[in-house]
Amino acid sequence: MIVADKKPIEEIIEEIKDDEKILILGCNECVTVCEAGGKKEVGILASALRMYFLNQRKEVKIDEKTLERQCDHEYLEEIRDVMDQYDAVVSLACGVGVQFMAEKYQSTPVYPGVNTCFLGVTEERGLWTERCQACGQCILARTGGICPVSRCAKRVLNGPCGGSTKGKCEIHNEIDCAWQLIVDRLKALDRLDDYENLIPLKDWSSDRAGGPRKVVREDVQQ
Amino acid sequence: MKVKTLSKLEKILAAGHLAVTSECGPPRGSDPEVITKKAEMIKDHVDAINITDNQTSVTRMCSLAACIRLKLMGLEPVLQMVTRDRNRIALQSDILGAASYDIHNILCLSGDHQSFGDCAQGQNVHDLDSMQLIQAVRHMRDEGKFLGGGDIERPPNMFVGAAANPFADPFEIRVPRLAKKIAAGVEFIQTQCIYNMDKFELWLKMAGDRGLLEKVYILAGVTPFKTAGMAKYMKNRVPGMEVPDELIKRMADTPKEKQPEEGIKICIEQIQRLKEVEGVHGFHVMAIEWEEMVPEIVEKSGLYPRPSVD
Amino acid sequence: MRLQYPSNIQIILVPCTGKVDVLYILRAFEKGADGVYVVGCMEGDCHFNNGNFRAHKRVEQVQKILDTINIGGERAQMYNLSSSEGPRFAQIAVEMDEKIRKLGPNPIKLAKKKAA
Repeated sequence: MIVADKKPIEEIIEEIKDDEKILILGCNECVTVCEAGGKKEVGILASALRMYFLNQRKEVKIDEKTLERQCDHEYLEEIRDVMDQYDAVVSLACGVGVQFMAEKYQSTPVYPGVNTCFLGVTEERGLWTERCQACGQCILARTGGICPVSRCAKRVLNGPCGGSTKGKCEIHNEIDCAWQLIVDRLKALDRLDDYENLIPLKDWSSDRAGGPRKVVREDVQQ
Repeated sequence: MKVKTLSKLEKILAAGHLAVTSECGPPRGSDPEVITKKAEMIKDHVDAINITDNQTSVTRMCSLAACIRLKLMGLEPVLQMVTRDRNRIALQSDILGAASYDIHNILCLSGDHQSFGDCAQGQNVHDLDSMQLIQAVRHMRDEGKFLGGGDIERPPNMFVGAAANPFADPFEIRVPRLAKKIAAGVEFIQTQCIYNMDKFELWLKMAGDRGLLEKVYILAGVTPFKTAGMAKYMKNRVPGMEVPDELIKRMADTPKEKQPEEGIKICIEQIQRLKEVEGVHGFHVMAIEWEEMVPEIVEKSGLYPRPSVD
Repeated sequence: MRLQYPSNIQIILVPCTGKVDVLYILRAFEKGADGVYVVGCMEGDCHFNNGNFRAHKRVEQVQKILDTINIGGERAQMYNLSSSEGPRFAQIAVEMDEKIRKLGPNPIKLAKKKAA
């Protein structure tokens, strides 16, 4: 899922400090799972902001709503009738939702309430770690199911580099060396010989480098 | 092994001599004298001089410019090139720049992560990794073609090297990794500095069992300890480095003012031992910020004068 | 036990402090509470294992938020005691009451008065 983290309240206040009618808009999917932008977090942010503005002797209306998602037209349309009541929206959805909102509601500023971080897993409650960088050409079949693009700090495709120490990456002793993991997994799969297969130059044009990407499925388009 | 390039280093190795290389770190500025002075100190005692490429991600004068300066002095440079900072366009471009000055040696590396250096907030590139860079240089040299497919006018004529670290983790793939680099096209290897002789000899033996030693020239890396503190630092704080406790003890038991001398002694003993080991084709002397000791190390190891080749 | 403790304390019973959400505490302050304290079982004695640990973390989160918006994080506190410790309960009540009196009323209350 997309993993995000709450923005500091001070940063959000800086954007909305002159607004008087604000909607805090949450999302029921990824940001709810990583406890950054769901209904609960919307409530907490709204309560804190109400108290902040009261303390500032300002009369500010702060409403709360959580949509199922902010990346599909049908859910964002649910608020069309009420948008003109607000000076600004703080969206706690990931960067995708914030932008889709901005595209839909051109005359209302939308501010992000979370920092969108990566595609990752819930290792345990309160700990989310990166697994995928959406390079567009998945090579997991060749690396025992462990991605060197997202889990190696230098994304070496024929690793490890010389800095790996006791299975940990040179940049931090809490980060696993992706190539140690790959070697261990190839061993477990009895395919250590695959290690010597040279992975050739990667086509990064399907990655960020190629520009904004899209997927078209003509078979399902209307 | 046949000579394939105009590299003086390759000729010396092919003739069966033990080669000696060393390295210079470029300055954190634009003063060329730093390079020329260091080179002057060691030029008669080495066959080729490596110029490091923004080592530990600390921004320095580029390796290519410093290599050109060495070439203009009539010396033999080894261009170290990391893939951290340049995409495939820039890598090929710099290789051609080096080739235009007839620089005939390149060492292909990934490079230390930028978080170690002075621009921890910067991007890193890693369009290619070190293995793919080895392939790329061989492709440019042997096929005379760019990675994108076009023909290269006056292709680079370069002897291709890479680094190897027999002591990094995991140990079980260190020889397969060497095999992989050889399959990618590497022609010479400079190892990380060696202190654990037994483990290094084991690695060489395992490589020999796979027939790899006939396919590549391995230069053993050596670095003299300046102080007992340096020995401890290298043991504890440098990733992929193995320093046996006996060496730490030997340095620590030596009185402070005699430690540099003891460090040089240890280095010379290491070279003497490794000269006899099968598969060792030479030495890469890394006397970090102590370049003035290189002549003494080379002489007392019986590696002076350097052979000349035509 | 019929021990005395300040009369301005409103007690809200919960089956376990693990039930107390960050939002409940914040809403209490929003409505004008001058202080909120959460009293849970001794650490290690929670009937539901770690409810009181969760409560502790949530109180810490509230303290941070209150500091950021200049209400004052010391207005929220967590205490641990065993349910048989009547005197300690009274002592905590007195302590909290004195602390809040020193801090003064919730600044929101003044703001609400002025707005009204």
